[in-house]
Order: sequence, then C-alpha cells, then structure tokens
Amino acid sequence: MGAAPSATPLGGPDDASLAAALFAIDPIGLSGISARGGPSPARDAWTAMARGLWPASTPVRRLPPGIEDERLLGGMDLGASLAAGRPVIQRGVLAESDGGLVLIPMAERLSDGCGARLAAALDDGEVRIERDGLAVRLPARFGVIALDEGVAADERPPNALLERLAFRVDFDSCECGPASGPAPDGRAVAAARRRLARVAPAGDDLIEALCQAAELLGLGSARAPLMAMAAARAHAALAGRRRIVAEDVAVAARLVLAPRALTVPAEMAPEEAEAPPEPPHDDHDETLAAADPAERTEMPTDAELVIAAVRAALPEGLLTGPGLEGRAPPPRRAGPSGAGAAAKSARRGTPAGARSGPLRPGDRLNLVETLRAATPWQKLRGGSSTGRVQVRKQDFRIRRFVRRTESTTLFVVDASGSTAFQRLAEAKGAVELMLAKAYVSRAHVALIAFRGAGASVLLPPTRSLARARRQLSELPGGGGTPLAAGIDAALVLASAEVARGRTALSVFLTDGRANIGRDGASGRAAAEADALAAAARLRQAGLPSVFLDTSQRPRPDGDRFAQAMGGRYAPLPYADADAILGLVAGGGRAC
Amino acid sequence: MRIAYPFSAIVGQEDMKLALLIAATDSGIGGVMVFGDRGSGKSTAVRALAALLPPLTATIGCAFHCDPVSDAGRCTEDCPSRRRVGRRRAPSETRATPVVDLPLGATEDRVVGALDLEHALTKGEKRFEPGLLARAHRGFLYIDEVNLLEDHLVDLLLDVAASGENLVEREGLSVRHPAKFVLIGSGNPEEGDLRPQLLDRFGLSVDVRTPRDLSDRVEVVKRRDAFDRDPGAFLARWASDEAVVGARIIAARARLAAVAAPDSVLEAASRLCLAIGADGLRGELTILRAARAVAALEGEESVTQAHVRRVAPMALRHRLRRGPLDEAGSDARIDRAMAELFGA
Repeated sequence: MGAAPSATPLGGPDDASLAAALFAIDPIGLSGISARGGPSPARDAWTAMARGLWPASTPVRRLPPGIEDERLLGGMDLGASLAAGRPVIQRGVLAESDGGLVLIPMAERLSDGCGARLAAALDDGEVRIERDGLAVRLPARFGVIALDEGVAADERPPNALLERLAFRVDFDSCECGPASGPAPDGRAVAAARRRLARVAPAGDDLIEALCQAAELLGLGSARAPLMAMAAARAHAALAGRRRIVAEDVAVAARLVLAPRALTVPAEMAPEEAEAPPEPPHDDHDETLAAADPAERTEMPTDAELVIAAVRAALPEGLLTGPGLEGRAPPPRRAGPSGAGAAAKSARRGTPAGARSGPLRPGDRLNLVETLRAATPWQKLRGGSSTGRVQVRKQDFRIRRFVRRTESTTLFVVDASGSTAFQRLAEAKGAVELMLAKAYVSRAHVALIAFRGAGASVLLPPTRSLARARRQLSELPGGGGTPLAAGIDAALVLASAEVARGRTALSVFLTDGRANIGRDGASGRAAAEADALAAAARLRQAGLPSVFLDTSQRPRPDGDRFAQAMGGRYAPLPYADADAILGLVAGGGRAC
Repeated sequence: MRIAYPFSAIVGQEDMKLALLIAATDSGIGGVMVFGDRGSGKSTAVRALAALLPPLTATIGCAFHCDPVSDAGRCTEDCPSRRRVGRRRAPSETRATPVVDLPLGATEDRVVGALDLEHALTKGEKRFEPGLLARAHRGFLYIDEVNLLEDHLVDLLLDVAASGENLVEREGLSVRHPAKFVLIGSGNPEEGDLRPQLLDRFGLSVDVRTPRDLSDRVEVVKRRDAFDRDPGAFLARWASDEAVVGARIIAARARLAAVAAPDSVLEAASRLCLAIGADGLRGELTILRAARAVAALEGEESVTQAHVRRVAPMALRHRLRRGPLDEAGSDARIDRAMAELFGA
C-alpha cells in the first residue's frame, strides 16, 4: 500500500510511544493503556512521556489498587456536611479525574469489583453515587494508564478493565526496550487532538477489514474493532490526514488487535503448534473467498494489509514457546476481593455493610451510619439544644469487611508406569518440599494419586504434615495413566473445598501421557480427549491449577493440558526446588 | 444522561431481546438474568429497553409513584391515595416507566431507603428517604455485573423482588412500601458464578454470545460507530422501528390476559420439565407465562407448542441440577429432551 510516509517511525520499541500519543489524542475513544512490566527505568520514562503528551493542566490521579468505594466513587463529606447542615458530597478519585488521567499502579492487584466500577465509569462517562444517603451523578470522563506489574500469566488487571483499554504495551518482552526513535511531540499531539473531529469516518471496506482481522484473531468482543477504528482515526489525525487510509488501519490493527489475539490465523501456525481454541483453518479461506466476488477489489487488499500488520506484530512465543501471553488467558487470579472463599472479618478486606456493637481497638467506625443511628434520639438526649449531635455507644456502627480465608493445596500425583521410577521419586521430593511450605503457611493439603484404572484420594484435606508425608512415601507406582480420572478426582475434591469456604489449588505432577479413558478402557486418543475435557471442566469451574511436567523430555502435551485447565505449566526437570515453590505459592496466592 | 442506543438497532441477540420483551409484556415473569461475553451488548439492550416501555399512570405526590387503581390503599400512609375523600381517586399523572440502574458500590441505605439524615439533623424529624427499590417500583431494576454485587445486597433484592414489598426496619423507622419491579441482572460467568439458589429466582436466563457471522459483526461495528458519531441522527433513523416495537409491547399487554393456553400445551411443558428433571413447579409456570407473552407479542390467540419450544431453554436453562462432573451443558439437555418429546 503506497501510503504517505508516516509521521512516526513504526519500530517495536516505538509502538509504546505511538500508543501513548494516540491515547492522548483520543482518550475517550481509546480509554487507556495497560502497560505490563515491573518497575523499570524504561517504564518510568514511558509513563512520564505519556503524561507529558497531555496538557499541563490535566488532572492526574493515582488510584491505589486497594482503594475503597468511599474514595473511588465518592461519598458524604461528613465534616462539611455537619458544618453546613446539609449533605455535602466528597468527590471520589474517578470524579476528580474528570477530563484527565487515572494512573493505576500495581493494576494486577485491582479487585474485580473495582475493575467493574472503573468499567462502568468508562462506559458511561460518569460515576453514579448511591451512597450514604446521596444519589448523584458526577461527570467522570477520564483515560486510564494501568501499570500491570504482574509476573505470572494469571496476574493481570481485571478483565472488565482490560477489555476496555485500547492498548497493551509490554515492557517485559525484549521488543519494548527504551524508545529509540524520537519521542512523540506534545505539540503534534495537541494539534492532532484538534484535528480529530474533522477526520472523516472510516469507509465500509476498512471497517470490514478490521472486523475480519478481529475474527481471525478469535476476538469476539465488538469493542476490539471499535477501538481499533478509534485508533485508526487518531493515527490519521496525527499524520495530518482528513481521511483514514489503509495505513492507519494497519497501525491500529497492530496496536489494538494483535496484543489481544487469542488464535493464530491458519497459515501462520507451524505444523506442530497446538490447536487453537477455535480452528481458524477453513474460516479464513472461506471468509476471504466469500468476500472476494461481492466486494470491490481493494477490499481484500485492505484486509490482507491489516492481517499482515497483525501477523507481523504477533509475539513469536505465541506460535512456539510455552509463553502464555496472548493465548486464551487462564482465569484471572482475582485481586483482594475476587470470587471464592470469603469470610467476615472485622479489620480488612472489602467492605460489606455495617454492624452495630462495641467498638474494639482496630475496628473502623462507619460515621454516616452511626450518625443515622444517633439522629432519632437527639431530642431525648437534648442534643438539639446544645447544637451538638449526641452520640452514644449503642449508636456505633462498625464497618464490616470480607476477607479471603484458608487455602487448600491438592497434590495430584501420577503414579503410573510411564512415570519412571526415578521421576516419581523426584515428584515425591517436590511434593514434600511443597508440603513443608504448606505447613508453614498453615494451609491444608490433600493427596490424590492416579494409576492403573482410576484415581484415589490418598489423603483428604488435612493439616497433618506427617500423615501426608507417610502416604506419599508409601505411594506405589506402575500401571496405566488415567489422567482424566485424576483430574476428575481433583475437581470433585477442589469443589468440595471451595464449598467449604476455602480456596483450592490443584497441583498436577504428571507427564501428561494419558492412556486410560474415563471408562477405564485403554487407548491413547480417547484417553487424551477425556483428559482434555476434564481439564476444561476444571478451568470452567474456575479452579486454579499448576501443571508440573514430570516427563524426561517435556513435550507439548503437558502444556496443552495446562492450557486446557487454565493452569500454569512448568517442566519439572528445569525447575529447581525454589522455582517450584515460587510457582505454587504464586498460583495459590490467597489474596 | 447519555442517549441510549435504540433497541431495534441491536444486531442479532434474538434470545436476549425476546426475553426482555417478554418481561416488558408480563412483569410477573420473575426477572431476567443475562449471561454473556464481554462486548456483546448486554447493558446496551437493557438500557435500550427503557425507551420502549409505555408510560404509566401514577398518583401525584406519591414517593413510590403508585398506581392509583391497583395500589390504592396499599401504599404508605403519607401517600395521597390514602387521603382520598369518598369515591374520588387521588389525582394522577403520566410518567415514564422507571428503569433504575443499581451501580456497584451502592450502600444498603440507598438501596432500601433510610432515615433522611439532613431532615433529621436540621428539623429534628424522622422522615423516610426512599431508596432505589422505591424508585424502581412498577418498572425495572437493572444490575450490571450482578455476580460482583455484595451478597447481603443480592439477598435483600431477591427477597423484595419476590414479595413485591419493601419492609424497612432501621433507625427507629418502620416503613412498608410496594416495590414491584422486574429484576434484570447481567454478568460474565468468568467473574464468578451466581449461587444456584439465587439463580433460580430469576424467571428467565439467557446466554448471549458475540455474533459468529462476519457480516453481522461488521453491521454491529458500523451501527455502533454511526451511533457514537451522531446519536441524534442515528436515533431519528431508527425512530419508526422503535415505534413499531413500542406498539407491539402495548398491544401484547392488552392481549395477554385473553391468550388461551390449551391443556395440551400445559401438558407438554410439564412433560418437558419432568424429562429434564427441573426442580419444583417454577419451571412449568415460567414456561407457561413466557409462552403466553410470546403469543401475545406475536398477536396470536392461543399458546402453541412452538411457543413453548422457543421459551423453554430460557425458562429452564438455570434450573437444572448439575454435578461438577456433568458432561453436557444445560442447553444440550433441554434440546435433546425437546427433540424426544416434540419431534425434531
């Protein structure tokens, strides 16, 4: 496509800068950027640069991940209300950021609930406060920069938020080092912002190209192509064009669509690559073929251009390595108030209403509710004559919080013949290590072994380290590999633990070479299908898992199962004791 | 307040649209739960429905906009309808049917209503300040991401939705007011399941998926883009389609009571529920009500087996008992049972 030379060079490291520039041009249409990577000079420089592209007067608010509703959404300003004798609103961070930028450090720690509140504000452009006797709407049109410092694939910002942020940049991957090209210019961005409204809407052919690219990448949400269009528009404005051309769309596809890719377009997948969740083989040819005769001749060209742009931007690990980025992501390990076990505790966690009772040290008073409780008695207590509100002990309303509770780690050990004797010993050693760790953190452990025709629970959830160790050392080996039965047993036990109010992490130690189906019959193909189905159910149930591959030479099978169950994968040979501990501790992180 | 996207311009999602229209026709259906992928237009559809709902007649001066006829004498004590003289009804007015959005982070006092703090502090009087439940009376209450709502609020909502009455006992107040509303919840199953005992309180449950067809997806994006660029013009373009759907709801409401349900259809619904092992009688009743509403929406005089087949999945999907190891999804089981009972 012979387009005019772009204003900004399009190198790997510069994509982060370009994303920041486009975001500053159209913050409402693009909503924001999720920047992944631990604190680093490159990230800090980028954040400062991104901030510098906005006008100096822009309000910028930091949003700590553990923020409470009162500060996030707003509530009643009690001091001012009492002084004024009428309710005075205290604006929260979202309303304060109206017209500006919300910066979220450690965004992977954000709770799902907080993510949903942010998402609602992004969708509506306002916050709705129905709190403390107040019912107001405050404008809150802001952009978000989420600094995602997660390390594991399942540590990431809430999906509801991630879905709405147009761009994802990754400072951990080598492609995103410090920007080498010239940094985007604040003046150019400001000029582009003014030009944005005058950019003509995208033509139907470009819209179709984007939708097609999104479909090929397995992106179901309509937001992906819509945000890609907004990005294309911003890019056209940056380049000083009045009209969106194919190059703008290609850049948008690379920046918006490629980082979200869930499947790989057919011809790109190497022979040995694992099957993507939705096989795109025929899809691709059909859609292109179907579109061909009906549409104008440039259409396939645009579509191809967009798809080529996406293809070039797809991370290499997507096709070969066990890098989890970009593929069907495992269920997110939720932040502090995620779904799962929760218990009432007085001091910390997510707020859950108020209770009356004595105020003990460390308890936090809910002032509005306390005042409410005190008000009906004011006349009796003579409060109105003195002009002061009389509050008695029985009026105290104490905030209640919900906190995550105990955790259980289930070890599911493959004791079949295919797991060689020596490997079984190593697996046992690894389990012992983790048992010791579990003991320290006062977690419950359970042991499931599968061999021969089925699986059995050797040790129901317990805190007894000694029992666990004894059972483990007595574990015999040999026989077939009924992996499906093992996963099923883990699912049943883990579900029971969850029902009991605990969190349950299943740790599989197997080589993943299933050869006994659920019905007990041998046969590799059926056994594998059964095991994959079982793994998918584990994932569906939202139960976290870790897959430690015990085979001599790790093959893609293990990774495939790990993916199917939405768990983390690590080959045991390459993992030393500390690495295993880190993996399991991370996966079982209770909050 | 942002302009809502027009209901009739939503591409596909027939199941969800039908469920919402059923609820608009027969508010006694027991609420609708919408599960679905991100970006599939769940919230859009619910907010769009608000514009279609026919207006209602409400008693002037009543905090609960109660119905001058059916709520007469049952509203709170300070409602003007209680002070009527002789046979004269309290004056009434026409107003829009409320569609109340319950935002996450709402506190209990705003949901159920509480003591009016300002009034109490300044005037020294106890006064009840109605909450969101009062505002939603005779309309819809919508909760996006219902699975993220705090448990104690969800319990409270379901209780009120089932009884049609909000009972407030707090801070020396004792207030009872009508709160009949259609509860609409939406959520993403990835974010955590709803408790089963909560799920089967919803009358209908629909799953929405993003359209699989490329041309549909292109149409979704095109329309949304056109709407975002110029909402007013987009609305004007769809005004006549909207009017048609609005008229359909009004006509269906008028016809609803007269739609006949032959015994054979009732029997078919019961057999279906037995075949799939749905607990309780709620399944049959919901199928019947929903099928009747569909017949009314389509201008037919009586319910047929075809109506039952259309509504059975949304009425039963969430009522099946499922073990953690169950193979097939609920939909497959319902489909199989229907194929066996009614033929393919």
